[in-house]
Amino acid sequence: MISSVPQLTDLTKPRILLMGPRRSGKTSILRVVFQKMPPHETLFLESTHAVDIRLANNNPFLQFQIWDFPGDFFFNRVSRNGGEGGGGGRELGGSMTQEGEGEGPKGRELLDEVGVFGAPAALVFVLDAQDEPYHEALTRLVDLVARGQSVNPSLHVVVFIHKVDGDLFLSDEHKVDCQRDVQHRIAQELRDASLEHVEVSCFLTSIYDHSIFEAFSKIVQRLTHQLPVMENLLNYLISACKMEKSFLFDVVSRLYLATDSNPVDMQTYEMCVDMIDVVVDVSCIYGVKYDAKGEAEGPVYDSDSSSTIHLSNGMVLYLREVDE
Amino acid sequence: MARDTMRLSPTLDVEHHHVRFLGNLVLNLWDCGGQDAFYESYFDSQRDLIFRSVEVLIYVFDVESADTEKDMSHFMGVLEAIDQYSPDAKLFVLIHKMDLVAEEDRESVFLDRQKMILGLATSRFNFAVTFFKTSIWDETLYKAWSGIVYQLVPNVKALEEQLNSLCEICGANEMVLFERATFLVIAHATHAAHSDVHRFEKISNIIKQFKLSCGKTQAQFHGMEVGNSAFTAYIDLFTSNTYIMVILSDSRIHTTTTQINVKAARAAFEAFVP
Ligand SMILES: Nc1nc2c(ncn2[C@@H]2O[C@H](COP(=O)(O)OP(=O)(O)OP(=O)(O)O)[C@@H](O)[C@H]2O)c(=O)[nH]1
Ligand SMILES: Nc1nc2c(ncn2[C@@H]2O[C@H](COP(=O)(O)OP(=O)(O)OP(=O)(O)O)[C@@H](O)[C@H]2O)c(=O)[nH]1
Ligand SMILES: [Mg+2]
Ligand SMILES: [Mg+2]
Repeated sequence: MISSVPQLTDLTKPRILLMGPRRSGKTSILRVVFQKMPPHETLFLESTHAVDIRLANNNPFLQFQIWDFPGDFFFNRVSRNGGEGGGGGRELGGSMTQEGEGEGPKGRELLDEVGVFGAPAALVFVLDAQDEPYHEALTRLVDLVARGQSVNPSLHVVVFIHKVDGDLFLSDEHKVDCQRDVQHRIAQELRDASLEHVEVSCFLTSIYDHSIFEAFSKIVQRLTHQLPVMENLLNYLISACKMEKSFLFDVVSRLYLATDSNPVDMQTYEMCVDMIDVVVDVSCIYGVKYDAKGEAEGPVYDSDSSSTIHLSNGMVLYLREVDE
Repeated sequence: MARDTMRLSPTLDVEHHHVRFLGNLVLNLWDCGGQDAFYESYFDSQRDLIFRSVEVLIYVFDVESADTEKDMSHFMGVLEAIDQYSPDAKLFVLIHKMDLVAEEDRESVFLDRQKMILGLATSRFNFAVTFFKTSIWDETLYKAWSGIVYQLVPNVKALEEQLNSLCEICGANEMVLFERATFLVIAHATHAAHSDVHRFEKISNIIKQFKLSCGKTQAQFHGMEVGNSAFTAYIDLFTSNTYIMVILSDSRIHTTTTQINVKAARAAFEAFVP
């Protein structure tokens, strides 16, 4: 599933560019979503000093690069020749090792706009919702959008209104107000910069609940070419099997790669994620396989993994492994 | 939630709680405040009220306590009163907050403490005491409660025999009965060795966690089946107040067969654990 040496072809895979002010939570998101770091442990993360590139290839439908930028990243305007941004990526996976944050493209001085945006990419701008006022951050966002658009008009731009948790964001109303405010201001700033044609979608996120997984799922879906095909298959599945809702999940990251065209409700998605947790946790207890020497062997989530959960309201959750 | 306990304030005097267990077994829990002043009244003015018709005494020692001598003298006072008013009570001692002791020392610290307490207690009284080392930060507390509750389940031996024969008939590796409301283990039959001694607590936690997430959608958890190429686990409502978990690893046994067997056994078990 995971090749040990990054191949050259990996560098042509679509990029997810995590940018935004210092301490806004970029590295935390990467760790929580892709490396299973418990959210409270992100408190001890150090600031990122150079662009850190990771490869996600959990399965054939989840193939992309994630670029984690330092908060104070500056584009290089002088040296254009060294602009190939994919110096060397590292695998994401359970057994990631920390080999110093500075790998990847050698230092920030090699990166100009073409090096960063000049390939299929999604810019994910992480805004710390607990760090008002947002003025400076939003100016930075618009600057990034302008630079990105100039080299890649199809650049997909997403804003995470991040850290919407804790005492400052107790009610949903509060979050929605914040989202409306930010969206309004972004639209205004884009207009002022004559960039009103650029579509920017905003998500409310926090690493302390499922929202970050939901938001990241949407971005991954935008980068997947097979999406329409998968959606059609799922639509066919639910109508043939009289199901209410279906998701195609990447079990490792808990992101969903596709869903049918019925509306997604957050609670159903969360319940499915929790179901995957149950299946993996129970399998870790009773489903470990042993080799001749009595050592644990192979993943506990395997091609025969499946589960059914019955609820009192007649609802049934069904999970099974699908092959490529 | 373990971390929420930081906000608890000291218990003033005695707080009363009821826990319904196995449907009609109501446990009246008396949470007795541990500050010195309360002990005086327990031993004196409230003595009769507190210590009469006690079925179970659970005494909690703080392993990090600064004054073990005082702790011991309080405990001896309690034993004296129990001996006088409820000599048939079952006694349990928790050596608590074990997470504060380095992992490699836990067993020896626990044994030391147990020896000290038993030494003093048996020099004056004739009680059987069951000891547990516990912490709210891991499965040990759950294990202690399961152990305590186990001794309160009527006919537990007969129940286990029944479960063993059901396990045999089904060709299962393991069968476990959980109490419905608390998800504490009340009996198990194990016919294939398993190296993880904490597995029941873990399963219980996994299910309790999932029940919480079901609660958000106003639905309740009924049952589930989980498996991979090596096993099938099947958890379902069993008698009115229990869940049963069946673990199978023999792929020739079809789970529907097991379900039929389990269903057929339901009525017989209802007589032991309603
Ligand atoms: N409350 C809350 N805190 C978060 C969240 N995400 C990240 N944090 C905290 O934000 C702080 C900074 O996180 P990082 O991930 O290092 O931020 P960064 O954007 O990578 O920072 P630089 O590398 O300096 O640009 C850490 O203390 C995290 O614990 C969130 O969703 N909610
Ligand atoms: N480290 C650790 N702390 C614990 C544990 N159990 C309880 N505590 C902490 O101990 C403190 C006192 O807990 P309480 O439950 O109020 O103690 P209590 O015995 O009811 O106290 P009284 O009501 O005064 O008798 C709280 O801050 C708890 O968080 C444990 O297993 N480990
Ligand atoms: Mg960082
Ligand atoms: Mg108390």
